[in-house]
Amino acid sequence: MGFGLWLWAFGFEFTVALVTDTQEQTVKISARDFSFSYGTQTALRRINLDIRPHEIFTIIGPARSGKTTFLRCLNRMNDAIPNVRYEGQVLLDGADLFGKGVDVSELRRRLGMVFAMPVALPKSIFNNLALGPRMRGIRGKRRLSALVEESLKAAYLWDEVKDRLHESARNLSGGQQQRLCLARAMALEPEVLLLDEPCSGLDPISTRKIEEALVELKSRYTIILVTNVTAQAARVGDRTAFFLMGEMIECGATEKLFTRPDDPRTSDYITGKFG
Amino acid sequence: MTRVHPKTKEFIAKMALRGIAAVVILTLVSIVGYVIVKGVAVIDLKFLFGQPRSMGREGGVFPFIVSSIYITVISLAVSIPLGLGSAIYLTEYRAEGWATKVIRFGIDCLAGIPSIVLGLFGFSFFVKFLHLSWSLLSGGLTVSLMILPFIIRSSEEAIRAVPQSYREVAFAAGGTKWQSVTRVVLPCALPGVMTGIILAIGKCVGETASVIFTAGTSLRTPQSVFDSGRTLAIHFYLLVRETGASDMAYGSAATLLIAILSVNFTAYYLMRRFLRRVS
Repeated sequence: MGFGLWLWAFGFEFTVALVTDTQEQTVKISARDFSFSYGTQTALRRINLDIRPHEIFTIIGPARSGKTTFLRCLNRMNDAIPNVRYEGQVLLDGADLFGKGVDVSELRRRLGMVFAMPVALPKSIFNNLALGPRMRGIRGKRRLSALVEESLKAAYLWDEVKDRLHESARNLSGGQQQRLCLARAMALEPEVLLLDEPCSGLDPISTRKIEEALVELKSRYTIILVTNVTAQAARVGDRTAFFLMGEMIECGATEKLFTRPDDPRTSDYITGKFG
Repeated sequence: MTRVHPKTKEFIAKMALRGIAAVVILTLVSIVGYVIVKGVAVIDLKFLFGQPRSMGREGGVFPFIVSSIYITVISLAVSIPLGLGSAIYLTEYRAEGWATKVIRFGIDCLAGIPSIVLGLFGFSFFVKFLHLSWSLLSGGLTVSLMILPFIIRSSEEAIRAVPQSYREVAFAAGGTKWQSVTRVVLPCALPGVMTGIILAIGKCVGETASVIFTAGTSLRTPQSVFDSGRTLAIHFYLLVRETGASDMAYGSAATLLIAILSVNFTAYYLMRRFLRRVS
């Protein structure tokens, strides 16, 4: 009897261990029945999706579908809105983002974010990039320089700015500023990159440069890309989710979602019938 | 009725606006010019660094320059940290609500109090109640009450003008609120904050009513903040009222004006250099 219970417990533990172990390898971020609301508005309704490590996960959907809100939930930028309510869970490496004792600063460092409009702070290029590292206490000039150089190279911006790192970042063009923002996010040494329509204001050439950078960066980061341009999702996305009015309608391999969507609303959206 | 041609209207408007601008500039130039022209004759090194004789009818104004500097430094030292702190609290740390409204209303009331009433308050509170007696400290503290609402308001405007997206960058980079304030918001708001402070310096130096009540009118060079002292502006007032030595009065007025103007110019120059470096 005692032995049987022990065996049962052991087996149970073993299974649990096995499950979490394999999950850690295949899932980086996992939303479980995740809902988000503020005031009386429900912005996201029971989202369930898994994001795998080292993939480009794109989120498409019309305006006000909740895709940006979802992205901003992941690094808890929405905390600043009054009266927010989170329900369900979002797990990052198996740990709840909204659990007690989560260090939000550290969380935001692990999930670097790039906003829709490029925001170059009125500082030098160097100081723009060094902002995040300095805020977490990195002071050494050599360490900072190395971080700056590395992240600028990864954003394909190094060659264009290496001789004027101490000039104002505001003098850069729009496309360069957005790559600067990408570099600034990478200077945090994150695990995940959250990109919120990073090409919305850019010309096709700048867009292509950013897309090339993203495909290259996949090996180092998990990338979540929110985009209004469905073609962009089709070009760079490994898997894609379609959001509509705060709900996730469909999620799957990008190629399948674009060629054989399960839901008629998805096919309506990607063929341009609405949105 | 015939319609006036838009081009004619344009011409009239342009001329009228030019006229208004000319009137404003002329007024300014003639006031400053008049005082400086009348005063500059008595200004020399002996005037600037000498001691006054026979109640200021002769001699220099050195003690009054020292007192003015004391009052300005004390009131800025008190009101900049308090003012900037309040502005940061109101804009960054406190959501708009009844509390901010009450605080802002209080600030506006403080700004609306005539300086002579503040002088009376300074006299009964700092001079009598806190036993600071007539001293530069009492005077500086009283003047700081006067410029505090001004510094809060101008800093608040400057901080509010910093785009929200800058703060988001700081937060998204893992910054705390305080880090976003010190590393992103304040550096961007600095020109606006500085402008407020520069204008406040002018108010400090030129203040008379409240300082007479609190810092006194001693003719001696103050040795510490606990000494009584007479600022340039008060000296000017007393010269005209009590001695009738108008050339000496214009001399101190010109000194005052030149001092304020040079403070303004240096501050703007430094600020422009600073701005060119950062943006």
